[in-house]
Amino acid sequence: MDFSLTQEHEVLRQSMKEFGERVIAPKVREMEETSEMPMDVMAEMAKLGMMGVTIPRDLGGTGLGHLARMIMIEEIARISAAIGMSLQMLHTGAGAILGGGNDEQRKKYLPDLATGLRFATLAVTEPAGGSDPFAIQTTAKLEGDLYTISGRKCFIENSHLADIHTVTARTGEGPRDISTFIVDKDTPGWRPGRLEHKMGLRGSQVGEVILENCKVPKENLLGAEGQGVRVALGGISAYGRPGTAACGLGILNGCLEAATRFAKERILYGKPIAELQAIQWNICDIYLDLETSRLLVYRAAWMLDTAQRADAEIAAAKFYATEAAVRAAKKTMDIHGAYGCMNEYAAQRYYRDAQLLISAAGTSEIQRMIMVRKPLS
Amino acid sequence: MKIVVCVKPIPDPSYWARLPLDPKTHTLRREGIPNVLGLLDKCALEEALRIRDSCGGKVTVVSMAPLSTLGTLYQTLAMGADEVVLLSDRCFAGADTLATSYVLATAIKKLGQYHLVLCGDKSLDVGTGQVAPQVAEFLAIPHVCHVLKIDLLDGGRVRVKAKTDDGHIILETDLPAVLAVHRGINQPRLVSLMGLVAAREREIKVWGASDLEVDPARVGLVGSPTQVAQVFAPQRRRRGELLQGEAEEMVRSLMARLEQAGVMPT
Ligand SMILES: Cc1cc2nc3c(=O)[nH]c(=O)nc-3n(C[C@H](O)[C@H](O)[C@H](O)COP(=O)(O)OP(=O)(O)OC[C@H]3O[C@@H](n4cnc5c(N)ncnc54)[C@H](O)[C@@H]3O)c2cc1C
Repeated sequence: MDFSLTQEHEVLRQSMKEFGERVIAPKVREMEETSEMPMDVMAEMAKLGMMGVTIPRDLGGTGLGHLARMIMIEEIARISAAIGMSLQMLHTGAGAILGGGNDEQRKKYLPDLATGLRFATLAVTEPAGGSDPFAIQTTAKLEGDLYTISGRKCFIENSHLADIHTVTARTGEGPRDISTFIVDKDTPGWRPGRLEHKMGLRGSQVGEVILENCKVPKENLLGAEGQGVRVALGGISAYGRPGTAACGLGILNGCLEAATRFAKERILYGKPIAELQAIQWNICDIYLDLETSRLLVYRAAWMLDTAQRADAEIAAAKFYATEAAVRAAKKTMDIHGAYGCMNEYAAQRYYRDAQLLISAAGTSEIQRMIMVRKPLS
Repeated sequence: MKIVVCVKPIPDPSYWARLPLDPKTHTLRREGIPNVLGLLDKCALEEALRIRDSCGGKVTVVSMAPLSTLGTLYQTLAMGADEVVLLSDRCFAGADTLATSYVLATAIKKLGQYHLVLCGDKSLDVGTGQVAPQVAEFLAIPHVCHVLKIDLLDGGRVRVKAKTDDGHIILETDLPAVLAVHRGINQPRLVSLMGLVAAREREIKVWGASDLEVDPARVGLVGSPTQVAQVFAPQRRRRGELLQGEAEEMVRSLMARLEQAGVMPT
């Protein structure tokens, strides 16, 4: 078993680290204050080819793969989990088309998504519940060559930013009659709804997407009618969950750095608190959570890169890395004492950001349900 | 335009606090410390890439370093260099700047025709600033250090703006020449994902002592006249002195001291 990364991965990490520190770090304070996505950062990411990491080369991407994607998002989220989350959901939107689309659809949409000329989402969740994708109320009715789609999606990452929305909708009376469609934001009847005010991930958009009698051509159906949940969950499993998990890795890195720095600098009883065993054990817990999460996340990505079935492993990575991020952020705040609750310190941001990763791409309960199928099967 | 860029992988500055000194040789113990390219080396490469991209040609990166730095040098290919030549041999180890410059210059000659050699002003770890001028001397071509701007002129000449202690100077010289770039000449590009893919097609050659036909007495530790006698952190002492008395008297006394310290304008 070889745990070493390739030269290519190492150089990618170095470049992403520099990008995070040089381009993203100066924006973090403003994002916290205004909750606005810095579009110039998005443009820089597009220029570096970051949107097309998992899109094959013949479709305009670089096809570097899932492990490269994890390394990239980890380094970005180390500086800003909000940017990490936005970026990873762009991949997820494109991933649903790559995984569920036919050749024409791939050729039509993926080159622009790879270069960042256009952005995509994957919109499944509705007010009727995210955990139960069969409970959606959005409908799509076929009349002639056009589907008419009506409904409301909520908690959609990049809702107001994206140009291409992959949405699930009910196409029949049966409980499982759900299909997935590609909807261009220029379609009459499409409009963004409310933009949420979130506790964390400030600067990344989460909001509503509203479809009112949106007429889309038949060719925009992804996969077959009635396969919608499979197509959408395929995208969430291969892209959304690993991507969210990698954001957790980023936060864990940030926590370890912030906690150790503070523990070495803060003097109590005449010496740095890093010399107190209780503090050391907390730092050790963060370290262990980071190492464990990284192994799970990278392993899941490697399985995807080698075309293995990895539902349980992906769920394990998502569950573990995001729960670990919340734990680590709490410990980082604790180590900081009152300073940890102050906006000048990143600890409180990690804490607020980490919690948002728990329900994104499926809650921890849902991940448990997916994982447990493996031992029980 | 054929451009050679000399770079040196250095220990990652974020590990410097943990970098031990060998008590016998007074050199850094680098085992287990990851390598990176220094900023100035990246500036030199960036400048080379810009020149190539505007007027065509080829950029060759040359580095004398252990084989373990292959991964770090791969970064230069991903930034856009056309090829990398790693000069690596056991007998090159322990080289001072003279032995290093000798090996670099020998390699540059072996590469054949070249128009420009770009280096960083100094490496970030040792920082002597001696290598670029020494390479130029071995190649018997002109050199300029602290370069802030490079303009290619017609007729195989180049105009450079170079930083001086109290401003800058504009110089013109014939090519080939060695130019050592100063911080701020440019903002080096980040490696793009497209750059990573393109780098797969490019090559890192490794040349040893036998490939270069160097004089064994002039390389590595044996070829290095410099010996590190002692390494220490300089002590900076500050001393406060309280002047007392009448204001006028204190000002006069202060002026006298400033004059004595040589900091008053004449
Ligand atoms: C930052 C962020 C970004 C998001 N981005 C997107 C996006 O781009 N696209 C998109 O479609 N959605 C997105 N979501 C929504 C996300 O997918 C949902 O929040 C998630 O699926 C949970 O749905 P819910 O919030 O409606 O919770 P509910 O489904 O209402 O769940 C409520 C509680 O019930 C529990 N529960 C549900 N079912 C079970 C069960 N069977 N057994 C035990 N417990 C259960 C849940 O774990 C949870 O604790 C995003 C959410 C966040 C926070």
